[in-house]
Amino acid sequence: MSAPRTPSRAMPPQDRAARPGNRPDRKGTAVSDYNFAYLDEQTKRMIRRALLKALAVPGYQVPFASREMPMPYGWGTGGVQVTAACLTPGDRLKVIDQGADDTTNAVSIRRFFQRTAGVAVTERTADATVIQTRHRIPEQPLTEAQILVYQVPIPEPLRFLEPRETETRKMHELEEYGLMHVKLYEDIARHGEIATSYAYPVKVEGRYVMDPSPIPKFDNPKLADNPAIQLFGAGRESRIYAVPPYSQVVSLDFEDHPFVASKADHDCDLCGASESYLDEVITDDRGSRMFVCSDTDFCNARQAAGHRGRLSAQEVA
Amino acid sequence: MIRIENLSKTFTLHNQGGAILRVMEGANLTVEAGECVGLTGQSGAGKSTLMRMIHGNYLAASGAIRVAGVDVVTAQPRQIIALRRDRLGYVSQFLRVVPRVPTIEVVAEPLRLLGTPESEARARAAALLARLNIPERLWGLSPTTFSGGEQQRVNIARGFAHPYPLLLLDEPTASLDAANREVVLALIEEAKARGGAILGIFHDEAARNRVCDRLVDVSGFTPGAAA
Amino acid sequence: MDGANLTMPLLSVQRLTKRYGPRIGCAEVAFDLWPGEVLGIVGESGSGKSTLLSCLAGLQRPDEGAILWEGRDVLGFSEAERRRLLRGDWAYVHQNPRDGLRMGVSAGGNVGERLMAVGQRHYGAIRDTATDWLGRVEIAAERIDDRPSAFSGGMQQRLQIARNLVTGPRLVFMDEPTGGLDVSVQARLLDLLRGLVRDLGLSVVIVTHDLAVVRLLADRLMVMKSGHVVETGLTDQVLDDPQHAYTQLLVSSVLQV
Repeated sequence: MSAPRTPSRAMPPQDRAARPGNRPDRKGTAVSDYNFAYLDEQTKRMIRRALLKALAVPGYQVPFASREMPMPYGWGTGGVQVTAACLTPGDRLKVIDQGADDTTNAVSIRRFFQRTAGVAVTERTADATVIQTRHRIPEQPLTEAQILVYQVPIPEPLRFLEPRETETRKMHELEEYGLMHVKLYEDIARHGEIATSYAYPVKVEGRYVMDPSPIPKFDNPKLADNPAIQLFGAGRESRIYAVPPYSQVVSLDFEDHPFVASKADHDCDLCGASESYLDEVITDDRGSRMFVCSDTDFCNARQAAGHRGRLSAQEVA
Repeated sequence: MIRIENLSKTFTLHNQGGAILRVMEGANLTVEAGECVGLTGQSGAGKSTLMRMIHGNYLAASGAIRVAGVDVVTAQPRQIIALRRDRLGYVSQFLRVVPRVPTIEVVAEPLRLLGTPESEARARAAALLARLNIPERLWGLSPTTFSGGEQQRVNIARGFAHPYPLLLLDEPTASLDAANREVVLALIEEAKARGGAILGIFHDEAARNRVCDRLVDVSGFTPGAAA
Repeated sequence: MDGANLTMPLLSVQRLTKRYGPRIGCAEVAFDLWPGEVLGIVGESGSGKSTLLSCLAGLQRPDEGAILWEGRDVLGFSEAERRRLLRGDWAYVHQNPRDGLRMGVSAGGNVGERLMAVGQRHYGAIRDTATDWLGRVEIAAERIDDRPSAFSGGMQQRLQIARNLVTGPRLVFMDEPTGGLDVSVQARLLDLLRGLVRDLGLSVVIVTHDLAVVRLLADRLMVMKSGHVVETGLTDQVLDDPQHAYTQLLVSSVLQV
């Protein structure tokens, strides 16, 4: 690790006290028939052990005994288990899906933890202590007091070209990563540039090649040297991996085709931000479109502070 | 250059009841530098067998075959390979090549194996093919499609591409017309003149008389004959 | 070039034995391979030649014996060392090109993979080298971005050879490299292999049941039967003056070699 600082917010022991009987006074919405944060304590202990191992070996995929969760695979069962193992009664949770707090997936996961853990929730990045995310890193820089939990569909970055799990594990063990560059080579050969725009492979702390989950490559630089703890959970594939605070995370590339963290070449039409990742929104059936920040909290905060974009007047009117 | 002592050869035919054919016994022969020795004896007397043994193609039962310092009878395969590459040339009656390889490359190959640059090897091959009257339009084709006489001339060109100190010639003038026969005899005389030691089989008596300094009748090596 | 002058064999195999339960895969096999030498291993199906090759190339572990690469026993190598050898100094050409190629990756990517595996990170340079190698195996440069699935069997095999030779290995194992190809395609491949072996000074261990192939490619021959080596020698000597009953049978069974 580049900066071996102890994160001020690790996994505190308070939740040992968080037995079913201790909870109901919080907010009054918790369902007392559930264990705190849904998972039983043995399962949380198992997941925390995997998390500690993952933090000790940055980028390494730690197998864990993924549980059945009350949601289908692909809806963030891995991320939910990691979040459940991290939450304490004092936490404030934020859940985003592609940057937005208000989509079905984000809303249902947030509600799930409100009901099973009774924790406070927020949409403001700065106020959250735990953020579960699907496919984005918030625009607002994170702090040492925060944990970012990623939902991961396919944890194995080599899977694209090598379907055998036994072989990919061997390749990680022996640092045989030539294949990763074959994927990038194919990109350039076919498209003239590295066309991989999300789930762009990175090397962590000079050792393991890691799939950062399907975040846009625009977010890749935020993986590096980040003060927050970054945890990755893949439920269907039963893998957990992690990037500890202040880790070196390098996006793979070629000398003559260097990595570029690209985004749509526009400003946000609502808040005017030029440096945030944008979603393209089709606004009618005549091809009209607008670009808006994918991070809804970031965009709302800017608008509240008086920033305006190309179409904000219309919006207001 | 070539010194053969008390050489014998048997064939064991395992698949025909283990029959043992003794085809040669007590063979002795020397060939000195600058000398051409002709092997005589009727068909089946063992002329080609002896030549193949010198080349390492047939295993001897006993005796010694010293060729340029190597005893072919006891040598390791890689020693024989090295011997064939730079010291011992062999022109057989049959051309054996990879199909599809152009004639000029077939002829240049012995030089390429010795590390001669491609352009130089091809130039030497071209000169020999021209001298042996192979039309230039054929040089780019595989010799597998050529007539018997043309194949024989390609074979000779290949055998003379590198100036081997030792040359084994099995019927080099057979199936050649007068003009080409003359070219081959001249090549042999030139090889002798530069100090090459040559052992040959010539059915053509006039050719034999012209290039051979001595004749050795292999009938004397037939088992029982010497006794 | 001249192997006779070198004092140490490149590969020295000693008493190599592989059993499958009570059955013998290969037994007590021993030979030395010298730089620039091509060793042919012949025998009919089930003679143990393929078992021997896969033991030599590290695809199977023999029960007994030693495989010395430049004096060091490969069987004592760690997996990391062994794999480094297999993508560096050694190469393996499979009989079926599908086993040796990535069918979902372009021709250029297939050739470039070994370069990237040894750390090359310049796309332009990798592509130039791949183009050069495609030319050397007679594949047109404009096919560089096509996938092997769009190639004929002969082209796939040539592509596999390019993929294997691009990093300049010194020892190449080949398992029936001309098997399954048309006769005319075989001839072209043989010619190509001969040229590459000569120009690059490669040492080769080639397994085949085709005596015509070894006659044209191999310097030396090892004849196997029931897991044992029954005869060894100079290729043309073994084929023209075979000593062992089995070799005589093998040679006489072939119409013309």
